Amino acid sequence: MAVGLSHYLAVSAILLVLGLVGIFLNRKNVIVILMSVELILLAVNLNLVAFSAHLNDLAGQVFAMFVLTVAAAEASIGLAIIVIYFRNRGSIEVEDISTLRG
Amino acid sequence: MNWTLALPEIALACAGLVILLVGVIPGRNTFFGCTMAVIGALLLAAVLVLGQPEGTALGGLYVADAFSGFMKILALLGAALGLVLALDFNRRESLDRFEFPVLALFATTGMMVMVSANDLMAVYMGLELLSLPLYVIAAFDRDNGRSAEAGLKYFVLGALASGLLLYGVSLVYGFAGTTNFDRLADVFSGNGGVPAGVVVGLVFVVAGLIFKVSAVPFHMWTPDVYEGAPTPVTAFFAAAPKVAAVALLARVLLGPFGDLAAQWQQVIILASLGSMLLGAFAAVGQRNIKRLMAYSSIGHVGYALMGLAVVSDEGLRGLAIYMLIYMLMNIGTFAILVGMRRRGRAVERIEDLAGLGGTDLGRALWMTVFMFSMAGIPPLAGFFGKLYVFLAAVQGGFWTLAVVGVLTSVVSAYYYLRIVKVMFFDEAPAEGGLDATTPGLAAVTATTGIFNLVFCLYPAPLLLAAGLAAAALLG
Repeated sequence: MAVGLSHYLAVSAILLVLGLVGIFLNRKNVIVILMSVELILLAVNLNLVAFSAHLNDLAGQVFAMFVLTVAAAEASIGLAIIVIYFRNRGSIEVEDISTLRG
Repeated sequence: MNWTLALPEIALACAGLVILLVGVIPGRNTFFGCTMAVIGALLLAAVLVLGQPEGTALGGLYVADAFSGFMKILALLGAALGLVLALDFNRRESLDRFEFPVLALFATTGMMVMVSANDLMAVYMGLELLSLPLYVIAAFDRDNGRSAEAGLKYFVLGALASGLLLYGVSLVYGFAGTTNFDRLADVFSGNGGVPAGVVVGLVFVVAGLIFKVSAVPFHMWTPDVYEGAPTPVTAFFAAAPKVAAVALLARVLLGPFGDLAAQWQQVIILASLGSMLLGAFAAVGQRNIKRLMAYSSIGHVGYALMGLAVVSDEGLRGLAIYMLIYMLMNIGTFAILVGMRRRGRAVERIEDLAGLGGTDLGRALWMTVFMFSMAGIPPLAGFFGKLYVFLAAVQGGFWTLAVVGVLTSVVSAYYYLRIVKVMFFDEAPAEGGLDATTPGLAAVTATTGIFNLVFCLYPAPLLLAAGLAAAALLG
């Protein structure tokens, strides 16, 4: 069986759902949320590259490069924020992040 | 390559790099100088935007038209006023690090790229250039647990929203074959139906953008972030980025997806109704004034989205005018909130305003002007903002939107008027009234306050500019 566009799309949809589930069902650790966000961005990249190959259009691969770059910057900022949060509270449990509530 | 068209953005980005370089001069605090330089750069960019010709540039990624010009001026003005608010506050709270104005400047560059985007790639890059500095300045008071928590929440939910938006963009790209707005519009204007993948992608894109404008159902980050972030940062969040995000939403929906209005109109109507209702009812019980302003801003976004939901020239003009007025009355209100100090300590509960009418009548009167304007009481500017969107809704036959809008603005008048009542009729607490304000804050309060008062006398030029902006997008 040849691997076609629909297989790539299915894998990327599964990755997206895994990322979303990881964010919403995770009650332990903020780092896991960061990993889930990366998973979502990977799903996007897979989509873009698969479409790019399918359409014979380079724009998708260029876009994937931009997404990779921005994802790296985003992860570094996220980690920095997690570090200052940890310094203040001494914990990065998701359940502890609830001081601000109205 | 006519890259000179993008001169405002290029100049702003270069200025940011230079100011960053100058700011690290060791041995002295460069916060004040850097803030002034950034404000200067923002004004320079505004002048460049005013002199900008129309057209597309950079291989179709960038477009300059009346709409982008109008919204860019608003965003630049909002950012510059927001920085003025931060000057004194940051020094007193020892947040006077030069990175603050530089981050605000890069965020503003992101806003300008967003507003001028003519390609989904440019949308994404602009949005991230806006969001990344905002995550950092939300957590700028890094020794304060609440600020760090605000930054963390904003980051997690913002990254999720960007991911969803991006997934939608990838689907649209795949099923329509291009990311350029003009070519997307061509693809969708044909008679052959739209692929289902594009519609699914559109839903993801709209969800991501609705998060950025903080409308229902993706508003949940707003109250927490607004409450936790330092007050000038909250003021910045509520003004410039919101204008840019609403403008981007309008451009994306009415530009490439204009022919798919049937698919997204219901979503925007529901988001608008939900935001108006939530903004009116959830704010009633709040005690922290920044949290109240967060719900108030959700409500205001609901009114602005009403202008988008009706998909007409009048509606879009109403949206442009609404964002202008919203931005100026919000900055004015925050100029007063930033100055709320008692014996040198920043305070942010509504009761802290008690007795302000007796101790500082001028400030209490300006606050009254802003609260009446927010509630939409004529002849203040806020009334006209609401008038134009309600008018467009009625003309388009969207009675539900107009009726709900009027009813929710009655409900929201309750909590705005409560603040006025607290200022004038409640006793000042035993430890004394609020400290005197600073000249910078007083100047911002007075300018925005005077705008709110005199808008009704001479609205024609602003209405004309907003009308041209709307025509550029729909024409």
